[in-house]
Amino acid sequence: MSFINYASREINCKIVYYGPGLCGKTTNLQFIYNKTAEESKGKMISLATETERTLFFDFLPLALGEIRGFKTRFHLYTVPGQVFYDASRKLILKGVDGIVFVADSQEERFDANIESMENLKDNLEEQGFDLDKLPFVIQYNKRDLPNVSTMEELSNLLNPRQVPELEGCAMTGEGVFETLKAVAKLVLNDLKKGS
Amino acid sequence: MLGPQSSLVMYDEEYQRILLLLEKLLREANSKVIFLVDKNGQLIAATGETANLDTTSLASLTAGNIAATGGLAKLIGEKEFSILFHEGEKDNIHISIIGGRVILVVIFDQRSSLGLVRLRVKKASNELGIVFEDLVNKTEEEAISGNTPSPFAEITDDDIDNLFN
Repeated sequence: MSFINYASREINCKIVYYGPGLCGKTTNLQFIYNKTAEESKGKMISLATETERTLFFDFLPLALGEIRGFKTRFHLYTVPGQVFYDASRKLILKGVDGIVFVADSQEERFDANIESMENLKDNLEEQGFDLDKLPFVIQYNKRDLPNVSTMEELSNLLNPRQVPELEGCAMTGEGVFETLKAVAKLVLNDLKKGS
Repeated sequence: MLGPQSSLVMYDEEYQRILLLLEKLLREANSKVIFLVDKNGQLIAATGETANLDTTSLASLTAGNIAATGGLAKLIGEKEFSILFHEGEKDNIHISIIGGRVILVVIFDQRSSLGLVRLRVKKASNELGIVFEDLVNKTEEEAISGNTPSPFAEITDDDIDNLFN
């Protein structure tokens, strides 16, 4: 959970990008990394296989600026999307403050999205979290591809709680910062409520 | 002890106590760098030759490391592995868990030894454990008394929007 440091006047929050394999979680982080000013970002770490599939996690620390004299830092993580990395996926969810679910809009990934969403709920429960109570946004990625499900279909299926949902194309960056902003807003509002 | 889901709050007084303990350990263990990390990967404090070190990344990877070995421990029926040691050609890393939630990392070279580091870490862990217990009590007291209003109690949507401009 968040770390409030009165000594250095900092607040740190952890956001996890979740979703099925090859949905674009790492691409989201890479776009944010490439478009963020040097002074606002740390090194991006990717623990990946030789074929550039995420093995454990990607990590990107971002310093967004100050709120009421407190430096606001967000630590962005991705999980490995491939089904058999479930043990690692659970670990990344520890201490999470907000979640972005990156859905793959392609028709053939419809079932993979459902499976990953169910897996997210199960893994959160194991860590003592309830997805319904966490800051949560959904990004429907790859909207530029020809074979995509409609937004309505995806929304009906993946978003019964009607959390903020955004269209995205992480390769070109469309919707990437909007998604980050949406989840950051929910996380900060949550801190406000909790205070 | 800090619960896994509670927010960690650090106050000036405890931060100074922690820094003093880390500096003492740094001297007594003849080590190069020492840092403390929350199990969630947040850097709490660091001392020593940190100028050329990416402490944020180190913190995140240390927590990942502890999480992964914790997962391994559970698979073989252990609660956790409370000490990890990585040996390099020049530098070594000694990682230990304090009070179930905080990770103490000591980086040292040939000027020290694993035995000395283990000995000093054990003593320092007890002292650091006390500070973190005090910190938890203080956080609970502050929450009940409401003496230190959260800096986020009055943030507005504009404040949040401004972060992204």
